[in-house]
Amino acid sequence: MSVPPGCREAVRRLWDHLDRGLEPNHEQQLEQHLAFCRRCCGELEFVRELRTLLRTPTAASLPPDVHDRLDGVIDALGGDESLAGA
Amino acid sequence: METGHRKALQQLARRELPGLYALARHLAGQDAEDLVQETLVRACRASGKLDDPGAGPRWLRAILTNVWRDRLRARGRRPDELPVDEPEHFSLYATLVEEDPLPYSDTLHVDVLGTFSAQDVHLVLQRLPDHERAPVVLRYVEGFDTYEIAAMLELPLGTVLSQLHRGRQRFERALWECAEESGLLEQPTHGTAVAAGRGRR
Ligand SMILES: [Zn+2]
Repeated sequence: MSVPPGCREAVRRLWDHLDRGLEPNHEQQLEQHLAFCRRCCGELEFVRELRTLLRTPTAASLPPDVHDRLDGVIDALGGDESLAGA
Repeated sequence: METGHRKALQQLARRELPGLYALARHLAGQDAEDLVQETLVRACRASGKLDDPGAGPRWLRAILTNVWRDRLRARGRRPDELPVDEPEHFSLYATLVEEDPLPYSDTLHVDVLGTFSAQDVHLVLQRLPDHERAPVVLRYVEGFDTYEIAAMLELPLGTVLSQLHRGRQRFERALWECAEESGLLEQPTHGTAVAAGRGRR
């Protein structure tokens, strides 16, 4: 599972590049590398997909019984002075 | 506290409940319900400070993260004081390309990621240690920037950045382990691999 030595710096910086968090000279080095390296362009696309995967909302993760109990807590926020700490 | 503030908070909390619970599950696993409950109580105490209603969803998530952080500390664990074991550099992309038993395909990596459901991603994230999972969740699931995360976790920016870096590495590795455990690469087609692998276990 090796990354070619010439690509290691580029690979280390792909996530930060997509986060727009690289220093200008690192950004420039990376763009120069991506301009000729098909392998790292492939990995860049892959990291983009990974980020999309992380953003996928968790469907139906709030069970009805938990929803009802938490809804009760929200109701209590309306009037319970002890909850409000007033 | 003013009734108007409370009513506004109740509306906000009802609207945001699924999202808050999802974040709480990512951060605290089984303790999610309890975490949301304490968040709501703390938000009620502070609701007078919320001037901009548009900022409400992120304001609630920040409170939830604060509550989680305080609980971690109360248990004697500070997110910044855990032993730092630098994971060996890991590239899931390189691993997939090298380990793939099938002829190389340009869409292989996307196909593999397509087999992970949101629930799978949640389970993979649970394999990360707390101090690496939190920055990854807050940055990539919730969309906070690193300055905001540093403020919420009360950590220096540099600490958050290195935790984020290690967390991403470990996330890629955990995805790979999950794919291996599911028998992903033993299957003739990638599209149904995870489901098929699960059935066998
Ligand atoms: Zn390269």
